[in-house]
Amino acid sequence: MTLTLRINPIACTGHGACAEVAPELIEADEWGYPVMNPGPVPAGLEREARKAVATCPALALKLQRDGNLSATENLRRN
Amino acid sequence: MARPATARSRRGGDSPRVLPPVPGVTEDLRAHYSRNGPARYRGPALLRAVREAGLTGRGGAAFPAHVKLAAVARANGRKVVVANGAEGEPASAKDAALLYHAPHLVLDGLQLAVEAVGATEAYLYTDIRHADMVDRALAQRTDDIPVQVVEAPPRFLSGQETALASRVSGGLALPTFSSSRISEHGVHGMPTLVQNVETLAHLALIARRGPGWFRQKGTPAEPGTTLVTINADGRRLVREVELGARLADVITDGAAVLIGGYHGTWLPMTTALTLTLDNQALSGHRAALGAGVLAVLPHSACGLIETARVARYLAAESAGQCGPCLNGLPRIAAAMAELAGPRPRRGTVQAVERWAGLVTGRGACHHPDGTSRLIRSALTVFGAELSRHADGRCSAATDRPVLPLPSAQALPLTDEDWL
Repeated sequence: MTLTLRINPIACTGHGACAEVAPELIEADEWGYPVMNPGPVPAGLEREARKAVATCPALALKLQRDGNLSATENLRRN
Repeated sequence: MARPATARSRRGGDSPRVLPPVPGVTEDLRAHYSRNGPARYRGPALLRAVREAGLTGRGGAAFPAHVKLAAVARANGRKVVVANGAEGEPASAKDAALLYHAPHLVLDGLQLAVEAVGATEAYLYTDIRHADMVDRALAQRTDDIPVQVVEAPPRFLSGQETALASRVSGGLALPTFSSSRISEHGVHGMPTLVQNVETLAHLALIARRGPGWFRQKGTPAEPGTTLVTINADGRRLVREVELGARLADVITDGAAVLIGGYHGTWLPMTTALTLTLDNQALSGHRAALGAGVLAVLPHSACGLIETARVARYLAAESAGQCGPCLNGLPRIAAAMAELAGPRPRRGTVQAVERWAGLVTGRGACHHPDGTSRLIRSALTVFGAELSRHADGRCSAATDRPVLPLPSAQALPLTDEDWL
């Protein structure tokens, strides 16, 4: 089973805590908002990912089991 | 409201389908039935017919209509269908033209979709300026499921599906973030089918004449006709053309053409005139038909000035909910304004490119993505103009703006603007 970090960009306030605790997965942009590494969380970094989720003060991060995410995205954004 | 101008296509598509044969007149219920007759495909048969017809959404994303229909048809319980006529694109007038000329075709399509998916509520979502003519059409009808007209605020993002669901549910017309689909949790949390008004008009015709008839026009991959709004020579014209029509038969001379609206792509006119109007052909040039907006840049205008005007508008139209869009779009707009002027600083083009890359894919909706697409295509297509500006020169022969934008007073000020 693979896991993917998902951000709710509306809830995110650019606190930057996630990029601090999970620098291998998340980078802060020049305004402090997270840029996620694309794709699922690489093996061995699951703990870091969970830490990022737990640290977010805006509860904007989620760790999602991969399903048919792209199909959902297409429909939602259509 | 002012009646949107329409014209029949000059070549190839002499008989329009969704637009009635006589421009300038609203087709009443009697005229509608005498032109179109009763629906033959209904319920599950209509779902199959739409699939076989290969109808795609005409609101911009060209998503297969039958997939959305089937998803809501499968859902249980109370369900909703919304006809989307928000048309937030300032350069688009085709939904307004359709609602003015053939309201009953749209309302038939809405009712047929309601029946086919087993919905219990029906809405038509459109600008307040069109509400009266829709009400007049509704007064002539006796549908089992009454249609509620919901006002779409005149904002660029009003018609975005999640903004629409929020507004029809009684909230603000702002995009929302959810991991579930509108077809699962839409209006008031109910499974919701959202289709553009033109898509519903085509569906209403498929219900009468069948998928074989629908495929007699268009290309095998993209069947049927589509409405386009042509912005050229200071005029705006709505036409119905076959998908796959030659662009050279639709637009005339100019320096460049913007295809697909303000989230669309600039193409040099020399390139555009070799292409056909279908996503298969356009995708090779990173363009898409979108909601059918075509805007011609005349030789006497400057593509950088025009793009900078639109960039400023798009930055102001950001819902301001997502950090990258809120921070990135105003910076992109300011940098584009600099590039539109004489002797911009070195590195400004690179800054725009970097920000365009940085904001893409990071919003709850596609506003940053679409804005970036437009900006990047401008930097590519107007490369020669960038050099001219670096030398303090410019192609603009007049101050007259080309691309249509709402007046400055209409820019967002408060939350009430989103209601």
